Amino acid sequence: MSLVKKNVESLMLNVEWRASFNIKNSTLKISILLFSILGFSPLTIAQVDSSLFVRIPKDTTKPMLNMDAVYNRPFLTVGKTPVAVGGYLEANWQYLMTDGVTEGHQFQVRRMTLFVSSAISRRIKFLSEIEFEEGGKEISLEFASLDVEFYPLINFRGGIIMNPIGAFNQNHDGPKWEFVDRPISATQMLPATWSNSGFGIYGKNYKGNWMIGYEAYLSGSFDNSIIDNEENKTFLPAAKSNPERFEEINSGLPLVTGKMAIRNRKIGELGLSYMGGVYNKFQEDGLQLDKKRRVDVLAADFNTTVPKLNTTVIAEWAWVFVDVPSTYTQQFGNQQHGGFIDVIQPVLTRTIFGWKNATLNLACRFEYTDWNVGHFNETGGNISEDVWSIVPAISFRPTPQTVFRFNYRYLSQQDILGNPPSLTGGFQVGFATYF
Amino acid sequence: MKLNTFLFLVFSTLVILISCKKLLPDAAPESELLDGPIDGLTTDETARFLKGDIAFKEVFTSSKGLGSTFVASSCISCHAGDGKGHPSTTLTRFGQPDEFGNLFLDQGGPQLQHRALPGFAPEQIPAGATFSKFTPPANTGLGFLDYVTDATIMAMADPNDQDGDGISGVPNWIAVPDYVTLRPNAISQNGKHISRFGKKAAAYDLLHQTVNAYNQDMGITSTFNPIDVYTHQEIDPEVSNQSVQDLVFYLRTLKAPIPRNQDDPEVLQGKAIFNQLNCAGCHKPTLTTGYSPISALSNKEFHPFTDLLLHDMGAGLNDGYTEGSAKTAEWRTPPLWGLGLSALSQGGSFFLMHDGRAHSIEEAILLHGGEAATSRGLYQNLNESNRSSLIAYLMSL
Ligand code: HEC
Ligand code: HEC
Repeated sequence: MSLVKKNVESLMLNVEWRASFNIKNSTLKISILLFSILGFSPLTIAQVDSSLFVRIPKDTTKPMLNMDAVYNRPFLTVGKTPVAVGGYLEANWQYLMTDGVTEGHQFQVRRMTLFVSSAISRRIKFLSEIEFEEGGKEISLEFASLDVEFYPLINFRGGIIMNPIGAFNQNHDGPKWEFVDRPISATQMLPATWSNSGFGIYGKNYKGNWMIGYEAYLSGSFDNSIIDNEENKTFLPAAKSNPERFEEINSGLPLVTGKMAIRNRKIGELGLSYMGGVYNKFQEDGLQLDKKRRVDVLAADFNTTVPKLNTTVIAEWAWVFVDVPSTYTQQFGNQQHGGFIDVIQPVLTRTIFGWKNATLNLACRFEYTDWNVGHFNETGGNISEDVWSIVPAISFRPTPQTVFRFNYRYLSQQDILGNPPSLTGGFQVGFATYF
Repeated sequence: MKLNTFLFLVFSTLVILISCKKLLPDAAPESELLDGPIDGLTTDETARFLKGDIAFKEVFTSSKGLGSTFVASSCISCHAGDGKGHPSTTLTRFGQPDEFGNLFLDQGGPQLQHRALPGFAPEQIPAGATFSKFTPPANTGLGFLDYVTDATIMAMADPNDQDGDGISGVPNWIAVPDYVTLRPNAISQNGKHISRFGKKAAAYDLLHQTVNAYNQDMGITSTFNPIDVYTHQEIDPEVSNQSVQDLVFYLRTLKAPIPRNQDDPEVLQGKAIFNQLNCAGCHKPTLTTGYSPISALSNKEFHPFTDLLLHDMGAGLNDGYTEGSAKTAEWRTPPLWGLGLSALSQGGSFFLMHDGRAHSIEEAILLHGGEAATSRGLYQNLNESNRSSLIAYLMSL
């Protein structure tokens, strides 16, 4: 226990160090962002005496859906203040080889995320999440929303929301996963983290073993870059780099996102989600530039833990449909699909190195993405442009909040013509932890 | 299981995994890859090669100047792995029905930009224009071809078929654009020069080819050719001179394909047949470069299987479209090096001849007519086993 606490403290210090580092070295924008978050919380005082921190236990009594993931995180709060902070850090070493060529040894801090939540009143909450990627090179406000509960079935959420497409986007915290890399289909085909300015409603209800939840939002949307980008393929995450997107919708029409999830305590959770809207700038100054072109996404996700064996299975599959002009290049496909399945088997749960209830897991991920579903106009042959990967893993969790992971990754990528694939293989060792 | 036993197992599995080389995928054999540099580059030449490689892979988007009409968005889209391209990246050129010039330059000629950014209309072939389709060739070993002297090319030409073998290769004489630097000792005729790249040999050198590729294939203007394909107006350059030059350097220093199975008896027999059928009358096995500032290319013997000359290939291959001084039935002899690797970059199939109409080497040979009719006839008279030896040889190149 004392070890854990020590860990937490040193990580806290780390955060502070990183924050000040960023203020010194990065743009004004970043410092303002950080100051507002840090200033908002009493963190600054708190650092004087870290014994003031109280760890809010995760509420494990209530059944949870993926949609609850944003609140289902460990937070620290100071004394009786209504503000809680938390976050996580992901770091790793890797050595990968692609067709005989390697980048060498890589030490990476993929991301550090800070959460700040505050209970404004009993049924009004605020939660925000800021992510620093690649050692602070990229900083983004992933989530900043106000949640107002009117009735368990009707809650309002507004601000910067995470579009609930699939499950990974909502439930993407590093420490929750046994793998160093995030799934390709859920982060690159579906963009994750994909958040937008917007608002909507959500709610859930349960009866006996059953629980059902829904979410529906109107938000900012995609833009032309999804079919006009340097990936040279239809690529929804390209829209993330549009600096205007939290202010303005490219098409002027909102993106609609909706999700239904149903959970049975004994069977598992099944989610079905949809996201769609017009992505292109079809008019400007009232003048028609193009016809309206839509992007539509469907996703299904499932997770369960097999009783007795304790095997956890997490799977997600998604389909993307984009209206690409027929006179545009076939390089940018009008259909994509892909998904992943993770199987995690705890093999040892006991006191290890003094950690009570530490777990050792064996896990494996299989994933596949077809970036361009269809056939060439000229030959009728299949358009390839696909990737699959298999990642066997060993993970060690001294506590549920911290995971050490050992992965071997094998990845095969085929170009659009279906030429012999480019093969990548290699080892990744890393950790992810809430703090 | 005891914890220690388990940890030991985990640890030893990791050790086994890490020590097992198979888990770190190796490169395909060097002889199956086309995209490496020639041997013997200096370190600074290697660095320029790598910069050019980046330019070759650069993807253009609308914000980087792509289009508004275009054919593809990067060099690599059409020249995957520097190998031959696929019909989905085929170019169409139109408007020049004879050796006296293109009649449709004011209507988008010579090249059709049949793709367009959303909201823009792509070009269409104007009524009355003849056209031809070109499948992308491989980009390998081009530096060697670039440094062959004009005199060497002229020595292979035989416009009046004085040796009576039915083969009468001629160079393509073109008016070179201003930005091109002529080769030392360039041979000219009525102010026109010997040109050597492209299916009709209508590009003078790799700079000319590259500038045209940026402009015509992707709608990217440069200081060399600042005219936008869509508006036909001069606009700001969309690619830097540096990138263009790095790219030219890259093309120049891409290695030549490495032949395979050269000692196989069947291959050796095929080689003899290749010479018997006088395929080598056009597909010249050996050429030599002149002086080059890149020492790895200077005065080197190499084996491209081309004479860089135009040949009348008969009515079957006459599309009624041409470039420069070439006649419509005339095509430049394509190098046969790397032929056996074609399918590795064409998505597993063969698309041979200028427009990819031949789906196998045999089909390609059977499409030979005109000056190559005699060779084709001899091929048709071969028995099954000699035919397959010849194919085995061609596959080994
Ligand atoms: C739309 C597909 C396409 C794109 C894009 C494209 N090429 Fe090509 N390339 C071709 C075709 C087709 C030919 C044959 C053209 C000809 O015969 O005139 C060709 C010919 C060439 C040749 C001449 C090879 C020879 O053996 O004569 C070179 C060199 C070349 N391309 C380089 C490039 C470079 C560099 C780029 C990018 C700046 C590029 N290409 C972009 C399709 C393409
Ligand atoms: C008169 C000159 C000539 C002779 C003789 C000749 N070829 Fe060719 N060959 C050409 C030309 C020109 C082309 C390109 C035609 C086209 O693109 O439509 C060509 C194309 C080819 C191709 C397809 C290459 C590609 O990359 O698409 C192959 C294979 C080939 N020749 C093999 C042979 C063989 C084998 C022989 C002997 C039986 C032979 N050629 C004799 C001129 C010749």
